[in-house]
Amino acid sequence: MTDLTNLGVKQIRDGVASGDFTAREVAESFNAAVEAAASLNAFIVTTPDHALDAADKADADRAAGKDLGKMAGVPIGMKDLFATNGTQTTAASHILEGFVPPYESTVSQNLWDAGAGMLGKLNLDQFAMGSSNETSYFGNVASPWRKEGSNAAMSPGGSSGGSSAAVAARIAPAATGTDTGGSIRQPAAFTGICGIKPTYGRCSRWGVVAFASSLDQAGPMARSVEDCAIMLEAMAGFDPKDSTSLDMPVPDWSAALDADLSGKRVGIPNEYRMDGTDQAILDVWEQGKEMLRDAGAEIVDVGLPHTKYALPAYYIIAPAEASSNLARYDGVRYGLRDLPDPGSASGAGGLQDMYAATREVGFGDEVKRRILIGTYVLSAGFYDAYYTQAQKIRTLVQRDFNDAFAKCDVILAPTTPTASFPLGSLNDDPLTMYLNDVFAVPASLAGLPAMSVPATVNEDGLPLGLQLVGPAFDEQVVLNAGLAIEQRAGFTAQPEKWW
Amino acid sequence: MSVTREEVAKIASLARIRMDDAALDRMVPELNNILDWVEQLGEVDTSTVAPMTAVIPQAQRLRDDVVDADPKTGGGRREDVLANAPAAEHGFYGVPKVIE
Repeated sequence: MTDLTNLGVKQIRDGVASGDFTAREVAESFNAAVEAAASLNAFIVTTPDHALDAADKADADRAAGKDLGKMAGVPIGMKDLFATNGTQTTAASHILEGFVPPYESTVSQNLWDAGAGMLGKLNLDQFAMGSSNETSYFGNVASPWRKEGSNAAMSPGGSSGGSSAAVAARIAPAATGTDTGGSIRQPAAFTGICGIKPTYGRCSRWGVVAFASSLDQAGPMARSVEDCAIMLEAMAGFDPKDSTSLDMPVPDWSAALDADLSGKRVGIPNEYRMDGTDQAILDVWEQGKEMLRDAGAEIVDVGLPHTKYALPAYYIIAPAEASSNLARYDGVRYGLRDLPDPGSASGAGGLQDMYAATREVGFGDEVKRRILIGTYVLSAGFYDAYYTQAQKIRTLVQRDFNDAFAKCDVILAPTTPTASFPLGSLNDDPLTMYLNDVFAVPASLAGLPAMSVPATVNEDGLPLGLQLVGPAFDEQVVLNAGLAIEQRAGFTAQPEKWW
Repeated sequence: MSVTREEVAKIASLARIRMDDAALDRMVPELNNILDWVEQLGEVDTSTVAPMTAVIPQAQRLRDDVVDADPKTGGGRREDVLANAPAAEHGFYGVPKVIE
């Protein structure tokens, strides 16, 4: 029998349904792989029993001749930003360490209802704030990838870095991610896997620890475009508990997958040709054009003139929303509490001192930095100059995309300006770190569906991704163009096992 | 625009985050770098542009005005609600003394 941990979502689901192997065998294989990969630090907690229970249910349902769900028998990793009933949920923070939700997020519930099981809660950048997975209270995630001839630990990307590392290392067939300004696509690109952020509102945000509510959107991360389509169908759907949830039917994306792009126009935004972008990235972008042309598409130039302003606008809007969302962590109702001794130099031990002390020790440096920026840009006297101006820029960024989609059906761009970098190499430079998301953020600001697919490896043997961005509600064109690239790129590189 | 050490201390106080001198010293140049960089947004003439209010236009949905319509988000779950409280006493949240 082949090693079950090499199989993806569709292969596992179909293999379980046809009786080639049992869901329990699959869950046991992945549980063992998770346990053997502790050095990646991809999981904050593991939940082998959850995976086994879901597997046993899938096997029993099959034996009883019942209909099996879209994800039946597939054990997945759950980003530790999704509240899971009875299982610790921390957002990789100290302030939520030990928090055990008495409720289940809608997205995770949808996945369990579709027959999936949970291998554990995946590590991430603290409160999803970061692009390298170095801001977690529970330590860095190490990418399974390394530069050829080097043992240096590389970044799996962020914030969904535990998710990307687990899927790339084949210790999970798929994982959930969340994307606020690129946190699904950038880590997918860094680790040679696929990930899609759907249209804002497709996946319920209910029960997902909030970072920037007008941007946050969940999505799947997996090793193929088809696996992403299947898992997104299971995750998405209208949820009355989320007031921004899209009240629209979920299309059968996987059944409609079609790599024939005849009659489709692919837009190339030349504003994405930025200084500081690796030549290898520019080269693979050219190759991507050829692949899509080969799939029948016509390549057209489109303009996205406000691209350079998207990232600075994002770094006003996201911290502003974060400063508001994270005000709830005050040491009263849940999570950490730090109460200074009465009479100590650090405070009198009153309520205000408790808030301030709890938040000092409970939040990491990057989280504090963003809360302070957000508090500043929303404060009296600066609100219009920063926040209102950023929201106007956001309107312009969205207008650019609308104009572009009058001329094309889907946009092709790089996912990131560089390949993965060694852990620790950008720690002292928040601004350079932010620039990692320069190609991912515009689609987030505009709420559009966007996907990264692996295209090739660079001269160091590290993966490079290509990004596809579609109009609102048209995940299908994004998935189809992604499939066309996947079929032509023939990306089969895998990290060499060192863990 | 740049912020002084005193201004950062004020922002930290507004954000209810205690910061010692060393933390403030580290934060001031970092915030100024970021603020300098976002200044470029001022280059864009937005005098005729409306600020975005919703990224995907949707009509606001209101739920029915029914008590406990959803048992999970309605009332009557005191034990669940208090289960994660750092200091729950007698069915309430415990907090430091506020009034002498």
